[in-house]
Amino acid sequence: MSKTWIALIGSSALAFALKYLGSAVPEFWLSHPRIQRINNLIPIALLSGLVIVQTMTEKTKYIIDHRAAGVGFAIAALIAKAPFPVVVVGAAITSAIVYRY
Amino acid sequence: MSVKRDSFSVSFTVGAYGSAFGASAVANHFTVLQACLLSLLLFSGASQFAVIGVMGAGGSAASAIATSTLLGTRNALYGLRMSSILKHKGWRRAIGAQITIDESTGVALSQSNEVDARKGFWYTGLGVFLFWNLFTLMGALGANAIGDPSAWGLDAAVPAAFLGMLWPRLKERATWAVAAASLVLALVLVPNVPAGVPIISCALIAIVVGWRSE
Repeated sequence: MSKTWIALIGSSALAFALKYLGSAVPEFWLSHPRIQRINNLIPIALLSGLVIVQTMTEKTKYIIDHRAAGVGFAIAALIAKAPFPVVVVGAAITSAIVYRY
Repeated sequence: MSVKRDSFSVSFTVGAYGSAFGASAVANHFTVLQACLLSLLLFSGASQFAVIGVMGAGGSAASAIATSTLLGTRNALYGLRMSSILKHKGWRRAIGAQITIDESTGVALSQSNEVDARKGFWYTGLGVFLFWNLFTLMGALGANAIGDPSAWGLDAAVPAAFLGMLWPRLKERATWAVAAASLVLALVLVPNVPAGVPIISCALIAIVVGWRSE
């Protein structure tokens, strides 16, 4: 089995386990303020890591290319309070233009 | 009536975004079938993008699974929050669990009574599931047809999507600090550790800050 399939099946199984767990465990397990705080911060940390790695690296090297232009547009759009589809589609268009010229 | 309207508009707008996932998955060397299975089985946007993002960057299956799972921990808390409202047993609880995501919980909790909350949860959860999977298929087929993903900006769409999910969460100083520290940590680690590890390592920052701050 390829590593893509392992990732697909493993992540899906654990995602379901987490969703199911929430409805099945006693409330005090998950309602501790410390757990709540960490739970709120984890997406922020991981999404930040994903943004920078996907924008400025290629395997184990730093690289500034068309993607940075796209993400630059996304930042400007978010500051201007643009809706989500505008952010993503605009980033793609900007990146595609820079890639071609 | 307004529960149905809320549920539908959320389902369609969020679901339409599944096309970006389908296209990005194909751009990151997933097959159309694998893209669709991720939407059917994993069914949690940020986690799905994490799997294709980490694998696309050359990461191991283990780091993809770990990143995806940590991004899914909030669904456990949603499940906890919803269980007192839904009060399900057996197969309904299993189906309810699969559609316990940001949107179904969000619409449910914005209702003023438990009956509407239950309706909001099911309509939105099933609606997003339907549209998200349909649009994933369309996006994946579309990306398969157009060839070079860079020429269409798809390689920038993924980080832009992550940024769009991140942005509304950056409210207080502590959240900005966690984001900034994560950017730096990931960048410092990239040349020094296997792909995928820099991203999952950022969770440590969340754990340390969340543990210590009062």
